[in-house]
Amino acid sequence: MIGPFHYLAVSALLFAIGIIGVILRRNVVVVLMSIELILNAVNINLVAFSRVHQHAIGQTFALFVMAVAVAEAAVGLGILISLFRNRGTVLADELDLLKW
Amino acid sequence: MIQAALFYWFALLTLVGAILTVTRRSPVLAAVWLTVSLLGVAGLFLLLGAEFLFAAQIIIYIGGITLLFLFVIMLVNLEASARQRQFRRGWPFFVCAGFALAAEFILAFRRQNIAPFLPANAPRLENAAAIADNLLSQQLVAFELISVLLLVAMVGSVWMGQQRKRISREGSSA
Repeated sequence: MIGPFHYLAVSALLFAIGIIGVILRRNVVVVLMSIELILNAVNINLVAFSRVHQHAIGQTFALFVMAVAVAEAAVGLGILISLFRNRGTVLADELDLLKW
Repeated sequence: MIQAALFYWFALLTLVGAILTVTRRSPVLAAVWLTVSLLGVAGLFLLLGAEFLFAAQIIIYIGGITLLFLFVIMLVNLEASARQRQFRRGWPFFVCAGFALAAEFILAFRRQNIAPFLPANAPRLENAAAIADNLLSQQLVAFELISVLLLVAMVGSVWMGQQRKRISREGSSA
């Protein structure tokens, strides 16, 4: 029988994969995709608990998370284009202007 | 039990898609696998009885965000970066740390004794109607604020994406 624990386990694994992607990858595009994965893990949690409590407020909140994810993706990709135009690279660890 | 089989299928799609998103060298392939992963999440939403979020996930994420990613990948020339080293040094340590985090979460969830799902036979509102009811009564302020957020994000991304003259080194914009 599939219970809430199964959904939470999938969500935890998805979250971990997203975190690994954010830390590991040098390409900023893939880092942004990993952030989308993290937000999706959060949404699975919210919807699973909304099912446990038989209340739609969790799904409403998941909808808010989706809206924030869209805003984040749009702004992030805008920054990325501007970054590429100015610096000519999309590798995160070559952007070390503030380190010196 | 068809419910369990569907759950494991969608969970497999989600996790395999996510792993391949993170590990593929080409950003285009990563975007395609991200689509697979998001489809898996949409299936999980459907199994949880969230039909509205299932539709919203497909329309917003797969129709919107993945398309945006592919668009930007085409706009920005990523060929040069695809040929370079893709991972930071010391990646085995980070992978171990990430999965240790997941194991910790799962162990914590196991100890929590969460109530099992109730059978959904109680008469309740339609899914979309229940969400709309919440959205337009309790969460009205947040709902209006999110529209402001989307407007600001739209203006900001247009402003950042547009071509401007280079800012000179003295700090005054030319």
